[in-house]
Parts: sequence; structure tokens; C-alpha cells
Amino acid sequence: MSVIKLSTITKMYQMGTEEVHALRGVSLEIGKNEYVAIMGPSGSGKSTLMNIIGCLDTPTAGLYELNGLNVSDMNDNQLAKVRNKEIGFVFQTFNLLARSDVLHNVELPLIYGGIGSTERKKMAKEALQRVGLGDRMTHKPNELSGGQRQRVAVARALVTRPSILLADEPTGNLDSKTGEEIMGLFEDLHREGNTIILVTHEADIAAHAHRVVRIHDGKIESDQPSKDRKVILTPTSQTA
Amino acid sequence: MRHYFIEFKEGLGFSFRAIRANKMRSALTTLGIVIGIVSVTLMGTAIEGLNGAFNASIAKLGADVLYVQKFPWGGGQDWWMLRNRPDLTFQNAKAVARDVTIADKVTVVTGTQATVKYGQKYVEGVIIIGTDNQFLETVGSDLALGRFLTQQESDGGRPVCVLGSEVASSLFPNENPLGKTVKLGNFTYRAIGVVEKQGSLLGVESLDNRVYVPALRFFGEFTNRRHSNIQIWVKAPSKTMLDDTKEELRGILRKTRHLAPRDPDNFAINQQEILIQTFNTIGGVIAAVGLFITGLSLFVGGIGIMNIMFVSVTERTKEIGLRKAVGAPRRTILMQFLIEAAALCLMGGFIGLAIAYPLSLIIDTVLPTSMPLSVVFIAILISLLVGVISGFLPAFRASRMDPVDALRYE
Repeated sequence: MSVIKLSTITKMYQMGTEEVHALRGVSLEIGKNEYVAIMGPSGSGKSTLMNIIGCLDTPTAGLYELNGLNVSDMNDNQLAKVRNKEIGFVFQTFNLLARSDVLHNVELPLIYGGIGSTERKKMAKEALQRVGLGDRMTHKPNELSGGQRQRVAVARALVTRPSILLADEPTGNLDSKTGEEIMGLFEDLHREGNTIILVTHEADIAAHAHRVVRIHDGKIESDQPSKDRKVILTPTSQTA
Repeated sequence: MRHYFIEFKEGLGFSFRAIRANKMRSALTTLGIVIGIVSVTLMGTAIEGLNGAFNASIAKLGADVLYVQKFPWGGGQDWWMLRNRPDLTFQNAKAVARDVTIADKVTVVTGTQATVKYGQKYVEGVIIIGTDNQFLETVGSDLALGRFLTQQESDGGRPVCVLGSEVASSLFPNENPLGKTVKLGNFTYRAIGVVEKQGSLLGVESLDNRVYVPALRFFGEFTNRRHSNIQIWVKAPSKTMLDDTKEELRGILRKTRHLAPRDPDNFAINQQEILIQTFNTIGGVIAAVGLFITGLSLFVGGIGIMNIMFVSVTERTKEIGLRKAVGAPRRTILMQFLIEAAALCLMGGFIGLAIAYPLSLIIDTVLPTSMPLSVVFIAILISLLVGVISGFLPAFRASRMDPVDALRYE
């Protein structure tokens, strides 16, 4: 069964007096434990597609089923619940709470999931250990390097054991070496059974995925397995 | 339930981290609430003190005493009409004393001002009260020294007087006044007693700056008996009998003053109740206006909170986006910002109370009062309310943010 099933999704925006068609009938299925990259130049509609897949936005028309659940007509609060349970976000700019320590940052989704403090701390610690930051729990984000911050964000995305890990340009703010490390982490997570969707405009990064979906002008241009897939072995994958 | 508790705790942490991170800004914003709470609580304390002072002094009038006078307390009628009423006379008083059946005590009261002298010492502007032997029991006062007028002295118009405590202590600082001869104006009297300290009526008229003499003597020396306006004070057996006493009194007076059945009363039967009602009306208006004006400063403080909450929301747009992305529902975001606003205001409330309390002690020296616990609770409640109300709009805006736009915000 597929985790994500998009059927002829369209999305329209009103920009002043002009109507912008961000998506023009996108149909896409992503199965469990797939590692998919969504590629496209800026303005192609890939961000819109990502927002819809991530339940941050709803389509103008079309059907979106996530784990068999129709989320295309849900209201804000229902979507919030779905995001909390089913989706782990990793953003380009990390988006950590600057004033909170690492542990609390990772706990955040669990707080909104209504998980009690003891259980929450335990789960957050496990997630942090998984990304190799078990010893940085009391640090504030500004005391960490960029790569470490992104690992915290990955731990935060993982902590609720979501159906999909949705990463939006996760290496965009990192140098290429740390970027590779993060990609290695994703590969490990994929190997452990996670479904990963990577949104990027860099062919280099997309090359890590097993399947590449190219978007252009609001339509899927191509959808094929990655040809020359890159595989990296990182210290984390060796120790994990 | 558990859900809400967890989110509430997160909200608390969220707001305290935010307040700590912007210490200066928070302190300045809170200052508005501090000033507002200080002024409102001090106003409340002052009003409470005023009420207390009024009640304490009005109690001296006695809840069970009727005051028959020419003019009604509290006014309300045309002054010219009232002025043309015939004076209350000594005959009226005698008729009342003779015919009354329900009343406990009846006394006659009339007065003037004079200088009281003893040797080289003198007190100016003393109220000389002409009355009879029933006076002390009617008003329910006690004597500090000696005795009050006897019936013989009263009926015979003897030249004896009872001093108010203030007069006694001014003229006889180191002496026993009993048996001493004092001059009231040009007339000589012998002091036979001193009335216990009474305090003042409504904080204006001292009840101790008085001298009591037999009314019959008073008429001869200070005024003419036929042309003097007197008052008749009647003590009812109990507060519950007050209305019956009043009705009977009215009948007697109408008869002795020869009023036809259709004529309106040409006298007034006053009682404590009237003053209380009048005061409550006036005092209520003063309190409302006072609290409204001081409340304005609290309102301004609330606007300050609202303003800073808008800044706070805008600043944290991206954070709001993230919280929404990881699953915070609208109500949680709303609550987090409401808690922040309420926390700011509560802080202001507590600081305001801490400042207002010593200031209320200063008020206490002028107007005996203490900050009532009710004012403390209301102040805290109000500051909480101001926080919630002024925080609502910014918090509502935050809760409605579109997560996509919020995450993209730079």
C-alpha cells in the first residue's frame, strides 16, 4: 500500500488580480520505505507540492490520501494533528528554537502530541542518540555547528516515528562536507525503514535518492529511478 | 485534560523564556500595568477609607434615633418652601414628650456658638447646646467625669453645664473641672460633668467641642424661647420599632402644629438612613468616577501590552510556523501568547501591589484605612484580565497564521 497517493492535484493562488497555477494536475504515489527526491527549478511548483504533501497546505482540487486518510479537505486543526503524527519536517534553515536547549527542541512535537514528560524525555534522548548527539542534549542551538543543528532537526523530525520524513533542501545551508554527512544520515534512516522525501534543486543531492521526480511548470516532467545513485558511508552509519 | 496541562506547561515555559530574553522591553511594558495597578488600588483603598470613615461617624447618629427638624437631610425639595415653614418650638417638644407612647427617650436640642472661658484660658467657637436630662441617653453617650443634667436642673434651668472632652482638656489641662465656674459667653455656669470623647461627625464637626446646658436656661440667655428653632430627638425602643415611632411622632406633631388633613408636613423627621442613602449615591458616583479615571491608566497599560505582544508575535512568526508544522493546533498557539501577555500583566500587578501597599500606609495617616484584601484580589484579577484582553488580538493573529507563510517569513 502506498503511503502517499496524490490524484490530479491542482493548486491555484490569487496574486493580486492574477491567478497563479502552481500545480496543474499532479498525480503521484509514494510507497512505504521509498527514498524519493522531488526536483525542479524555483517557481516550478515543487515547494507547493511539498507543502501539500506535508499537510501544511491543502490543494485547490484533487485528492490527497495519506496512509489511506483523505487529508485534502481537512481543516487547520485536523491538519495539525496529522502533521504531528505522520510527518517529520527537516528545513533548510533548521528552524530550531533558539532559546531552548537541544532536548527541548526535540521534545516539541511530543508536547503537541500530548506525551507526558518522562516518556517524552526518553523518546527525545533516543532520537538524539540516533543522530549521534546524545552528548549535546543540554546545549543551546547557537552552541552547535550547522551540521549538528541539522542533526537536531532530524532528531526532532524522527522523534514521533512519522510515516514520512520530509526534507526541504536539508543541505542548503551547509558546506558540502557536512551536507554529505547529513545525506549519509538520511541514507541510514532509509535503510532502517523510513520513508524519505527530499525536496531539492541540486542534482547532486537528489542523486542520493532512489527515485527522482522532476517538476516543471506545475506538472510532473519525469519520474524515474535514480541512475547513478551516490552511496556514502559516514561515521554515523558505521557506528549505528 | 492531560493534553491541556502539557500544553499549558509548554506555554508557561514559552512565555518566561520570551520575557527573560527581552528583559528591558518586558520591564518597560510592565511599567504601564504597574502604574495602572498602583493608581487603581490606591483609589480603591481611599474609597474604602472614605466609606469606613463615613460609616464610623454616621454610627454616632444612632440607627434608632429620629431627628425632628425644620429641614430634611439630603434636601431635594425647594429651599424657599422649606424656609417658610414655621420653626419647631419648645411647645412642640413638650407635646411630643407628653403624648408619645412608643418612644423610649425624647430630648430637645438647640444650639449656638460662644466663647467659653475659665480664668485666663478660653476656647472660641464652642457649640453651646441647650437640652435636657434625657439627652445623654437619647444619643447613647457616656460620661468621662461627674454627672449629666438632672431633671431638677433641667426643669429649673439651673446654671450648670456639662463639657465636651475637647473643651474640658483645653480649659482644664491639669485640673479637675468638676465644680469649677466657667463663662459661656457672658454667662456664668458651674461645670458638673465631662462627656466622653466622641470624635467627629463626617470628619467635619467635632462632637467634643461642645458644652451642654439646660435648654430652659439657654432660651433665657442665648436666644428667645419663642423665636428659637429647636430640634426634637427621639430614641425608638429598637431599630425595628423605628417606623412605628416615626408614624406616631408624625401624628403628634401634625396635631400640635395644627395641620389640616390635606396639608403636607411642615417639619422633617430625619434619620441616619437618609444620610446613608445620600452618601451611598454621592459616594457611589465619586467611586465610579475615581475608578474610571484611574482605570484609564490601566487601559493605557493594556494598550502597551497589546502593542508589545504584536511585536512579539511578528518577531516569532517563524517560530509560530515551526510550532504549527510540528503539530501545534490553533488553540495552543493562542494560549501560549495569552499566557505571555497575562504573565507580563500579572508581574505588573504584583509589582504594583508591592508599591501600592506602602503608599496605602501613607493614606492611612490622613484617612484611617488599610488596603482591603478584596482590593488585592481584584487588582490581581484585573491585571490578569487586562493581560488576556490585550493579548487576545495578537494571540489570535498568531493562531491564525498560515504555517507556509510563517515558515517562509524572514
